[in-house]
Amino acid sequence: MKALKKALDNLRPTFSKGGKLEKLHWVWDANETFLFTPGHATQRGAHIRDGIDLKRTMFMVILAMVPCLLFGMWNVGHQHFLALGEYTALGEGFWQKFGFGALKVLPIVVVSYAVGLGIEFVFCSINKHPIQEGFLVSGMLIPLVMPVDVPLWMVAVGTAFAVVIGKEVFGGTGMNVLNVALTARAFLFFAYPTMMSGDKVWVNTSTADGQAVVDGFSGATSLGLAATGNAGQVTSLMDSFWGFEAGSIGETSAFACLLGAALLLFTGIGSWRIMFSVFLGGLTMAGIFNLVGPGLGNEYMQIPVLHQLMLGSFMFGLVFMATDPVTAAQTDTGKWIYGFFIGLLAILIRVVNPAYPEGMMLAILFMNVMAPLIDHYVVQANIKRRMKRAALAA
Amino acid sequence: MSTDTATPAAPKEGLFSKKNRKLITDPLDDNNPITVQVLGICSALAITVKIENALVMSISVLFVLVFGNMAVSALRNLIPSRIRIIAQLVIAAGLVTLVDILLKAYVYDVSKQVGVYVGLIITNCIIMGRFEAYAMGNKVLPSAMDGIGNTLGYAWILVVVAFFRELFGSGTLMGFRVIPESLYSTEGGFYFNNNMMILPPMALVLVGIIIWVQRSRNTKLLEEG
Repeated sequence: MKALKKALDNLRPTFSKGGKLEKLHWVWDANETFLFTPGHATQRGAHIRDGIDLKRTMFMVILAMVPCLLFGMWNVGHQHFLALGEYTALGEGFWQKFGFGALKVLPIVVVSYAVGLGIEFVFCSINKHPIQEGFLVSGMLIPLVMPVDVPLWMVAVGTAFAVVIGKEVFGGTGMNVLNVALTARAFLFFAYPTMMSGDKVWVNTSTADGQAVVDGFSGATSLGLAATGNAGQVTSLMDSFWGFEAGSIGETSAFACLLGAALLLFTGIGSWRIMFSVFLGGLTMAGIFNLVGPGLGNEYMQIPVLHQLMLGSFMFGLVFMATDPVTAAQTDTGKWIYGFFIGLLAILIRVVNPAYPEGMMLAILFMNVMAPLIDHYVVQANIKRRMKRAALAA
Repeated sequence: MSTDTATPAAPKEGLFSKKNRKLITDPLDDNNPITVQVLGICSALAITVKIENALVMSISVLFVLVFGNMAVSALRNLIPSRIRIIAQLVIAAGLVTLVDILLKAYVYDVSKQVGVYVGLIITNCIIMGRFEAYAMGNKVLPSAMDGIGNTLGYAWILVVVAFFRELFGSGTLMGFRVIPESLYSTEGGFYFNNNMMILPPMALVLVGIIIWVQRSRNTKLLEEG
């Protein structure tokens, strides 16, 4: 540590005003503050500060995603070997599965970070503002919501689109209207539907030299099956809960998501109001479907409530996407409304609209757009209420 | 558009005087109908999937706007102001019908593709906007210039948007294949056409990017606050 600090101190003049690499000052600044808490003293205003700053917040969220990432790696391998008919038992070949998955997932993570941070650095140098760490979380979320077979160049294109159009045009970290990771996924979903949906992309069935070895293998997700009228074939509740099913890399395991949720709630970074109300919204909609399903003869609607919520990316979206503090509603009442409608819409889209097997992404993006409106009316209602009270008192 | 006033009793000025040149060049950048006046967005989203369609649309709008501007300008002192919108509509509708018939006669294939939108030129806000804002208060010749200028401003945005949409959406330019077939995944390559480019929302994003670039280069367009 001391050596690192010394090296940093020696390098500083190169990047300071008048130094050789003055232009890269902001890049330097980002890396320095990342390694050590800078020794800035507050000049005016509040002098007592919470130890938790943006970097630490972001780091906590990434930590919360680690279970999903690790489980995703293993599951990628597990689904792969399952398709090949090797190591079919859960406990068998742990390291082969994990290793295979890691080799598939890590390149996606690297590409996502390299492209996203690269663009962020460029924009910060142009706009001359300090580099902010907003992308640290998005860069990890993007790989987790991709199917394993997504080509790396698509990850790069989607990330670039999301960072530039989703974030930088609005003014960078903290100013975006839409969740950045979901913008990337939505862009890829509509731009390259064959590589982002269907029953071919969720399970990697090729051998080391890229040849597909399993012909006619259908690796449809549970929701894909349900959307095409095979609701009876979805994975069991336990499998969906633990995540032993096909799907995007990081979202299959509700259990891993809950581990992340525990950390986020414990540290107070994720809003419990949003998480709880999303769950409530999903519960309500699934419950309504349960009631009307038998009458309509719709098998999909009759999936038990809890099972419905464990399927697909509902839990992942609930924990990591809906709670994004920038794009969610800011008022407490607003959070309840915002979360409730995410859950409601996600299940509604998923079950009723056959074009979109999973509704979580679209529901969250839609409510992202609505969040400022919700806040506006919540604030207005509060003002009205207090005006009334003031009028009464007077 | 407050500068659009006729100059009565001005000394006779040449066809390419500074003022007339400005009528042409202003809509290209500072007063672009799409990116600054935000008119005609609907057609910019609808017909920019292929460059060819964008060009045909631009030529049609050129015809309608130039002759319409001239007609409205020539009649400007005869049209009672209470019914001026109807009078302008009649002129625009007549010209649009003419264009539609001409397209059907000479470029039938293109007409089939853009036919619906040609009929909708009449609702293109640029047409009525320029009739109302310029032709009603100016002489015939400057009105014609204004028509040419605004169409050019409209056309270049259309073509730029169509360029990117056709290139990335279909892999072609003006119908010629630019991205080789062999790169496509169906032929064993890695490439996919970007389906988002075919969808209208992407045209909106592209227009947005053009506005972004334009405003960072041309700072006088920035609003206060």
